[in-house]
Amino acid sequence: MGHIRFQDVSKIFHRHTGQKLIRHHFYDRFRRNPEHDFYALKNVSFQVDEGERVAIVGRNGAGKSTLLSLVCGLAAPEKGRVEVSGKIAALLELGSGFHPDLTGRENVYLNASLLGFTRARTDALFDSIVEFSGIGEFIDEPLRTYSSGMLVRLAFSVALNLEPSILIIDEVLAVGDQAFQEKCFEKVLEFRDSGKTLLCVSHSPAILLKLCDRALWLDHGELMMDGKALAVLEAYTGHTVAP
Amino acid sequence: MWSGEYSFVLRNLILKDFRIRYRNMSLGVFWSLLNPLVMMGVLTFVFTFVMPDRTISPLFLLCGIVPFNFFTVAWISGTSSIVDNASLVKRVPFPRVIIPFASVLSNALHLIIQIALLLSLTILFGKGVNVNWIWLPVVWGFEIVLLCGLALLFSGLNVYTRDIRYVVESISTVLFWLVPIVYQSPPGSEKFAVIYDYNPLAAVIFALRFILLEGIAPPTSLLWKLALGSSLMLVFGFLMFQRLKRGFYNYL
Repeated sequence: MGHIRFQDVSKIFHRHTGQKLIRHHFYDRFRRNPEHDFYALKNVSFQVDEGERVAIVGRNGAGKSTLLSLVCGLAAPEKGRVEVSGKIAALLELGSGFHPDLTGRENVYLNASLLGFTRARTDALFDSIVEFSGIGEFIDEPLRTYSSGMLVRLAFSVALNLEPSILIIDEVLAVGDQAFQEKCFEKVLEFRDSGKTLLCVSHSPAILLKLCDRALWLDHGELMMDGKALAVLEAYTGHTVAP
Repeated sequence: MWSGEYSFVLRNLILKDFRIRYRNMSLGVFWSLLNPLVMMGVLTFVFTFVMPDRTISPLFLLCGIVPFNFFTVAWISGTSSIVDNASLVKRVPFPRVIIPFASVLSNALHLIIQIALLLSLTILFGKGVNVNWIWLPVVWGFEIVLLCGLALLFSGLNVYTRDIRYVVESISTVLFWLVPIVYQSPPGSEKFAVIYDYNPLAAVIFALRFILLEGIAPPTSLLWKLALGSSLMLVFGFLMFQRLKRGFYNYL
């Protein structure tokens, strides 16, 4: 449980993907030009074993989010094979699946059901989710009154309490305040110690070094480097212009 | 891989739709009653004063308006359901097939309110309760099955071509005249019978009029057509959805 294997995986987007008018479907069908295919990932192979904590680094548009989507089973690869075993909790985007007009409580239930909690389990875990998030009495207020920090805390609490065997974090940790970040690190470290797998995307080397011991470096959809977190991060930051 | 409860997700998605729609309305659920009542009033005015027709009563019109309203609203919102929930579909790995079902079923909650109105008016107009009312849940049930099928098919297509939504809206307008809302039998010659014989929505309206206005059970052949038509739609919609969902990520 909890391992991920990519074998020569490519994810290709065609030129008119994303434009939805009928004429584009005709263009696509009759004059598809392979030169216009865009490789979000190109022949990527790697394996993550149970209990590993892996960072994924790369510039904007390097294919990091595409890779996570493939791991989650949201997208299918055009070439190659993706094998994933175990229950996944993914924090891909801040509060995806949360609705601003619903209260915190209603959102927790909705989100928990989508992530794969049963109803009985949600009832049982509800109090500890709210307690971990530190939202307090705001839980019955509509979500649009929440600050972005409160939103992340709530989303994070739901996902962490799912007890997944693979946890995926995409650039959401940096939003919570210092105290909550510490709390999450602790929880994430607890995860690792109980043999859980962690995938983490962030632009902050400090966070990545704290959470992960291995790193994958993606550039233009290709896997540039796979190794110890520190070595990969040094190569990556040395390779690009620091801000 | 996804190990949740279908019924729990379905319940939460239906509640979400329902809550979002009513939380910001001061009149709340009364909007569900207002629309059919206004339609019934206007059409009754037309068929009493403008083009008098003795065969058309307010109740007769309502038997057409209520299933038609549900049909169009649920079809249109079902069609856009996947695109409207794009952030969920792209970001949370749960069975997509639940989304169109939830969309139709949350509209079915409004349908229940409108059915309550229809049944109250039936009693108010002195038609009374009769034993054949036991056919009502069957008829409404098959209309919901029909719409689940339509929602599955069209929500999938709408991801690839967003124009589908406008096509559906246009068809709905045309449909108001092609289903027997303001008339009973196909007027004139028998050659138009094909429009009504193989049309599950028309079957629902005919069946309701048999049950509520005449107090008799709908003919078995009518029920068979309704059952067969809506079940086939559901199966076809489901199979198409299974194919179409593969491309959702790329097209959303």
